[in-house]
Amino acid sequence: MAVPLAFFGLFFAYPVAAIVGRGLKTDEGWQFGRFAEVLSRPDIADVLWFTTWQAFASTLLTLLIALPAAYVFARFEFPGKQLLRAVVTVPFVLPTVVVGTAFLALLGRGGLLDELAGVRLDTTVWAILLAHVFFNYAVVVRTVGGLWAQLDPRQEEAARVLGAGRFTAWRRVTLPALAPAVAAASLMVFLFTFSSFGVVLILGGPAYSTLEVEVYRQTAQLLDLPTAAVLTMVQFAAIGAILAVHAWTVRKRETALRLVDPGRTTHRPRGWAQRTLLGGVLLTVALLIVAPLGVLVERSFDTPGGYGLGYYRALQDAGAGGGTFLVAPLEAIWNSLQYALAATAIALVVGGLAAAALTRRGGRFVRGFDALLMLPLGVSAVTVGFGFLITLDEPPLDLRTTWILVPLAQALVGVPFVVRTMLPVLRAVDGRLREAAAVLGASPLRAWREVDLPLVRRALLIAAGFAFAVSLGEFGATVFIARADRPTLPVAVARLLGRAGELNYGQAMALSTILMLVCAVSLLLLERLRPDKTSGEF
Amino acid sequence: MSTTKKIAGVALVAALGVTTLSACGGGDTKDKPAGASDAPKSKTVTLVSHDSFNVTESVLKEFEQQSGYTVKVLKSGDAGAALNQEILTKGSPRGDVFFGVDNTLLSRALDNGIFTPYEAKGLAEVKPEYVLDKEHRVTPIDSGDICVNYDKAYFAEKKIAPPQTLDDLTKPEYKNLLVTENAATSSPGLGFLLASVGKYGEDGWKDYWSKLKANGVEVVDGWEQAYNERFSGSAGGKKAKGDRPLVVSYASSPPVEVLYGEPQPAEAPTGVATGTCFRQIEFAGLLKGAKNEEGGKALVDFLVSKKFQEDMPLQMFVNPVTKDAALPELFTKHGVVVEKPENVAPETIAKNREQWVKAWTALVVK
Repeated sequence: MAVPLAFFGLFFAYPVAAIVGRGLKTDEGWQFGRFAEVLSRPDIADVLWFTTWQAFASTLLTLLIALPAAYVFARFEFPGKQLLRAVVTVPFVLPTVVVGTAFLALLGRGGLLDELAGVRLDTTVWAILLAHVFFNYAVVVRTVGGLWAQLDPRQEEAARVLGAGRFTAWRRVTLPALAPAVAAASLMVFLFTFSSFGVVLILGGPAYSTLEVEVYRQTAQLLDLPTAAVLTMVQFAAIGAILAVHAWTVRKRETALRLVDPGRTTHRPRGWAQRTLLGGVLLTVALLIVAPLGVLVERSFDTPGGYGLGYYRALQDAGAGGGTFLVAPLEAIWNSLQYALAATAIALVVGGLAAAALTRRGGRFVRGFDALLMLPLGVSAVTVGFGFLITLDEPPLDLRTTWILVPLAQALVGVPFVVRTMLPVLRAVDGRLREAAAVLGASPLRAWREVDLPLVRRALLIAAGFAFAVSLGEFGATVFIARADRPTLPVAVARLLGRAGELNYGQAMALSTILMLVCAVSLLLLERLRPDKTSGEF
Repeated sequence: MSTTKKIAGVALVAALGVTTLSACGGGDTKDKPAGASDAPKSKTVTLVSHDSFNVTESVLKEFEQQSGYTVKVLKSGDAGAALNQEILTKGSPRGDVFFGVDNTLLSRALDNGIFTPYEAKGLAEVKPEYVLDKEHRVTPIDSGDICVNYDKAYFAEKKIAPPQTLDDLTKPEYKNLLVTENAATSSPGLGFLLASVGKYGEDGWKDYWSKLKANGVEVVDGWEQAYNERFSGSAGGKKAKGDRPLVVSYASSPPVEVLYGEPQPAEAPTGVATGTCFRQIEFAGLLKGAKNEEGGKALVDFLVSKKFQEDMPLQMFVNPVTKDAALPELFTKHGVVVEKPENVAPETIAKNREQWVKAWTALVVK
């Protein structure tokens, strides 16, 4: 408990409090009057309204589109399933700059949709909503699908034998069992879309703005810290409320489930209904996820002299002709992997200890801590980054120019994933096993190693996968703290896109493709590593 | 540092908390003996800048050899974000010199007092019109013009002359052709707004933008979208089927299109409307509280030296500010000289920027 508390205190609560305090406290004391002043501004009210409703709409749409997929991934066996599961997770790590490009190519003028149906969505809110589905599809598929695969289908069959209709059996048996996972997934999607930044910035154009975009603008561009502080507090309050609702639903529904090996619940699709469902899901994945990714890949090969590897070859010697600080792309890949590994290690240690502490103890305080661990997901990277600047500035903690700041910032986002993944599994471990081990003379450490560890190994690997992916794609905080000589892949892509010229654009596409590959391969490896046991909320 | 070492270090940090953390921080500086904080007379000089900073490796090496300093560069975000981070860390800066404050943000930097005055050696070579701060808290390093670029192929094919001036852009033959950036979040977007303020005055610019809006100007969020997606003349825009042959970009964009062409074209595919430009001047300054003031001064001297000035154009695509610096052939052949860029005084910008941007947003975006 002490380690995660210290970690969050030092690298989250303190920096964020400091930057908010800088905004709200003047020589005359605290300026709480700023709240009313800022919140009564009509432009801010617009931002609040848009942030909220688009998050609701995005969450609903994501659930609508991804839930059937969760079922298909959970119950059906089909060739290429593992690969597909890795592919749908790729968007999660892509820098939004890149995704925005891909989406415009599909939804904008002259895009696929325009040519086929004469419909353009690039300036509408639909582009934002669809991009949010694209990003968060995996959250639902993995969270809900993971649990669904382990629900014993015989329970539903039993209900039907007892006379319940197909729908009634599903509603009374499966749905309640799935509810916590659905609630958890919805919460994550809501959190991500409520604090959406890049997607809204690029696809929304200047007309739409979320709280997160506004905090960025007020902090990084205008240095209007009081307004930024007020908005950060509002975002805090909103996320706190969401987390409270979530905690309540989980507590109400947390029941012991009889989980089975997912291998036993899957089968090849039977009958036309199941085949249609599978076909529909595959089509959705193809249109919504594979197509935008495909556009990027296509562009990375589309050199002026026809399709070829020209841009990839250019990546190899980009460092030679350019300057010292132009990114040598292969180095950027290596940097990214190193940072992501370090961040994953931190996230696993901190998140694992936090999850263990949360399982052992109960009470209001611990539940509060549980919620606190989720907060970094909803707090703007610029707030954290600027907070680091003004707090970690004195020896021995002058970390502002050291490499460790990057994995630390990335781990902040990774920890909630680790906790959420491990917690349900740890809670499901039967305490009597530990007691039995203790009675037989095992030390607490030994008991943990022999009892808990084998059971949570899979959850640990899934958690590691998510933490790694999140760290690999993290851009917001990294861009402020990365040292020039150690840029990460997303930073390198952004720098290439920031310059005119054929070669720069092509290289950006090639590098994005590599980022996708690195991510997909890491996820596939993790999928292979994990023994099939219980899964967590992701 | 090897990955395994790093992970081990990180695990330790996480497991043991603060005490180990400081030890690990120390370990990092031990790896690189030039750590600024612990050496009595530091041999490292740190330059803080924005993401666009770049220099040829050999040029920097030469400075390091001659001066005996090791240069460390920190880049953090775009120009606005980088400057704001300096303002926040005033008194306890991350480096010794800050490079990248431009004339649109100059007053914010000076009012916040983040710089120590220093008259650079070689300042005499700097063209006097660029020396905006008489106290020399900042030294001009480069200049660049934000201008409307046009797609040569489009205008050749349609047999229309490309526009040359701001007035031209409101004419019917250029209807629905221009894409620009959000003035609230993008520096070329702001520059273009300021060009109109410079030309039509504090009272007249809104009227001009109403006409531009009526003539179908499109606003997107950043330069990347405008140039790489919407503009039909750029490499990215061609692939993205961009259909706007006019874009707000830089006077140096055509040479860049040539340099990074594959293969390099004999002529730039894009041109510059020289009557639509706003001149940006970028400055560097010695940071107050710098740990290595001597090194910082040497670094500022280096930034206005002929060597660095002549290196800049092909690294950052900007123009030198010194009289003796020669432009590379790429610039003289494919670039343009902007004779009369629009200008607005930094104090006027500082005073009005917010209200102009707000009025612009209300007028053009909403």
